[in-house]
Amino acid sequence: MKKYDTLVKNAAGRTVPEEINGRKHVPFQGVGKHRPQGRKHAPLIPTSLDYPADGNKTVASLREALEKAGLQDGMTISTHHHLRNGDLVSNEIFKHASEMGVKNLVWFPSAAFPCNAPVIDYLEDGTLNRIEGSMNGPLGKYCSEGRMTGTAVLRSHGGRYQAIQDGEIKVDIAVIATPTADPFGNGNAVDGPSACGVLGYSLADYQYADKVIVVTDNLVDFPCIPMQIEGNFVDYVVVVDKIGIPEKIVSGTTRITNSPDRLLIAQLTSQFCLETGILKDRGCFQFGAGGTSLAIGHDFHQILKEKNWKARFAFGGSTQYMVDMIRDDVMDYILDAQAFDLEAVRSVRENPNHYPVSIFHAYDFHSKGNYTTMMDIVILGATEVDINFNGNVVTHSDGYLLHGIGGWQNCLHAKCTILPIPLFRDRIPVIKDEVTTLCGPGELIDVIVTERGIAVNPRRQDLLDRLKHTGLPIKTIEELKNEAEKICGKPEKPVLDDEIVAAIKWVDGTVIDAVRKVNP
Amino acid sequence: MEDRVKNASAGNYGEGIRSDCHVEISLKDTGGIDLDLKSKVAVMFGKAIREQVLEMARFFRLQHAGIRIMDSGALPFVIAARLEAAIKKLITSSNDYLLPELKENKQATPKDRKRISRLYIPGNAPHLMINAGIHKPDGIIFDLEDAVAPDKKYEARFLVRNALRNLNLYGAEKMVRVNQFPKSLDDLDHIVPHFVNLILVPKCESKEEILEINQKIASLNPAHRVWLMPIIESALGIIHSFEIATAADNIAAMAIGLEDYTADLGIQRTSTGKESFYARSHIVNACKAARIQAIDSVYSDVANTEGLKETVLESKSLGFDGMGCIHPRQIAIIHEHFAPSSRELEKAKKIFLAFREASEKGLGVVSLGTKMIDPPVVKQAKNTIDMAVSRGMLPENWLKEEKQ
Repeated sequence: MKKYDTLVKNAAGRTVPEEINGRKHVPFQGVGKHRPQGRKHAPLIPTSLDYPADGNKTVASLREALEKAGLQDGMTISTHHHLRNGDLVSNEIFKHASEMGVKNLVWFPSAAFPCNAPVIDYLEDGTLNRIEGSMNGPLGKYCSEGRMTGTAVLRSHGGRYQAIQDGEIKVDIAVIATPTADPFGNGNAVDGPSACGVLGYSLADYQYADKVIVVTDNLVDFPCIPMQIEGNFVDYVVVVDKIGIPEKIVSGTTRITNSPDRLLIAQLTSQFCLETGILKDRGCFQFGAGGTSLAIGHDFHQILKEKNWKARFAFGGSTQYMVDMIRDDVMDYILDAQAFDLEAVRSVRENPNHYPVSIFHAYDFHSKGNYTTMMDIVILGATEVDINFNGNVVTHSDGYLLHGIGGWQNCLHAKCTILPIPLFRDRIPVIKDEVTTLCGPGELIDVIVTERGIAVNPRRQDLLDRLKHTGLPIKTIEELKNEAEKICGKPEKPVLDDEIVAAIKWVDGTVIDAVRKVNP
Repeated sequence: MEDRVKNASAGNYGEGIRSDCHVEISLKDTGGIDLDLKSKVAVMFGKAIREQVLEMARFFRLQHAGIRIMDSGALPFVIAARLEAAIKKLITSSNDYLLPELKENKQATPKDRKRISRLYIPGNAPHLMINAGIHKPDGIIFDLEDAVAPDKKYEARFLVRNALRNLNLYGAEKMVRVNQFPKSLDDLDHIVPHFVNLILVPKCESKEEILEINQKIASLNPAHRVWLMPIIESALGIIHSFEIATAADNIAAMAIGLEDYTADLGIQRTSTGKESFYARSHIVNACKAARIQAIDSVYSDVANTEGLKETVLESKSLGFDGMGCIHPRQIAIIHEHFAPSSRELEKAKKIFLAFREASEKGLGVVSLGTKMIDPPVVKQAKNTIDMAVSRGMLPENWLKEEKQ
């Protein structure tokens, strides 16, 4: 018998499991259709009397903290990817768990990176049952090949928050790598050798987890100011030599792409934003740290300056390019959940207009409103899109799960979602008849910008009307797809196994798609 | 039986190489075709690649061979070129394996077509070829000469031939820089029958080279007019430039190559360009006397956009009609600064309007204010306006708008 005997077709027409890791899940109902009712999950009631009166919660080692937190079989452990590919803490947790003989843990990271590849050993020896989180690189490959015991569950950043609040995920122990902390557990990311600027992904975890462990390599006397993490939620503080490798946490500098093809895509994108009037005075936008996105941000900066306009705010991930906009007085604020380079870290430390926030504010389904819906423009990527504008960000066209969802799904709710992507990568066309994995419904994706033309979702007649006399290369998405296939040939679909290795959640907690095992 | 070569390879594979493949063939006596394919795109295109390889093996009557392909996502025209080059290193065949030619690529170009920017693309670098056209240079030069290593010259010819036929250049004029005479004659076999619009003749020093090249071109019976652009790159070339420019009526333009020219003089090329002022002026003069386009050398510091801009402005003021580029990011700068300035454009419009008014009134003499305007000035004004329209600086119906 297969792991899944109850498969259903969801509202997007994708076949998904109803039961995942022994628990029932709701299949995707359509955008905005699923509204969980009742009360939010709550953590255990702590009593202040049980905590040291002198405020000193330090313990000698991570192992001791895990033992005191009551680590045992089957627990869910959450971590955060603020230290990105320089994270030295997550792997340690499972090394200790393995040595303690604990089995069947669930790792609930906001994202895992190639540096977390050693965790494969603990998936192999049974310490871990599965990962529920975005897996970039080697762990994704491992999962794709069907080698993980349990089924992976991928959620957006906002969806992670929602899952905790809905009680779908109960975090037993949250381990928060914190670049600077005091013995009470207050912490921040603006100081210390592993400074990463912001800790925007950890709020739900430390507010809702039964036990919270702060791990730092820069202990300061109480109070640690600013308090990005509030010690009142923290059980134990562990001091280690190093929580991260600085040069792998943030880039020294993030850089605009050098590729003339990508610069062209960026230029078409910014021209599109200008001509349609969505880039405007007092507006707001979000663009990431990829080379093309940065080029777009740079163009926005030039346009704002030229027009004597001022953006009200940008939502981070922040980079030096965003920081420059504040410095050059073409933007008022950066609201930031993560900083990508040293200049951004410096800015969040020194500039009050560069304000750290949690993804709760921007993305959480159960927050009373999201920043993201206010955004005029959001620039995103995708591994694939299809002729119905559906998007895929997790799998490649050969079926391999190699990326996480990140905030991508959450950002789709912006006023205008733009995907600047090359029409084909090497020989692989990006526009398909149907995406390999559905991560975002086409009704939320507005514009695809490629080097060979721009496709606007027919639902956005308002944008199309404004483009009539602009001279921009507007094409239908079918025309773009045919153009790529004329150059590359028509790609074959991967032949995948029936076995489901991962479920993809929508922002509301429903199952939007499932990832099938790859036959290597 | 005499010993013959049994192994051959073509193409590239390795770190940093994209959209290319390396093909290795060893001829065998038995066993049929044994294809070992490692491809980055195997899941999506493995079957298509296999079919293509087997079809080509049949085409060249290859019966027993080991074929090893390492592919980093090469497009079909690249795979075909690599395979054909490797096969032809092993067997003699007068057949060419040609994919169906794109109909967009069968466009002839007029002699006086605009050639403000022409982008050099190394003739053996598929990943640079594929997107060359999207940057909208006036012309794209597939370079078989200096940009190709000596041991790759043979395979580059097949790649360039296939690119001419199967790669959409989105309206750019298709140009090839052949090797220096007389090697250029062998290059012509691979490009003239495949709708090349213009051939750049490097290090040209005499009228005779042009005549021999034209003779060879004629013998290949091209279906369209093939233009020539000699490149003058030596002191002797400069002296002979007018003779070269007027050697044949298919010479559409003449260019200067300053790297080789300064080397020939035994001097350094400087940023001020003082040392080449004479040569550049001489070329412009020879071209104008021959009624062809004068094309300036490339500006080789890609990162220095300010320097490029200054060079373009100087080039334009000397009388050049265009210049080469070695990177797509130079194209927009070249177009922008070769294009008429707003002052030039306003003046041109006034002259043209005065001419129209005079013609409508049946006046023989055109005047603007107190100045009389000669026909060549009117023609130049019209050229300026046409260029502004083609660059989107002026709407096509500007005349109508002007009248309102």
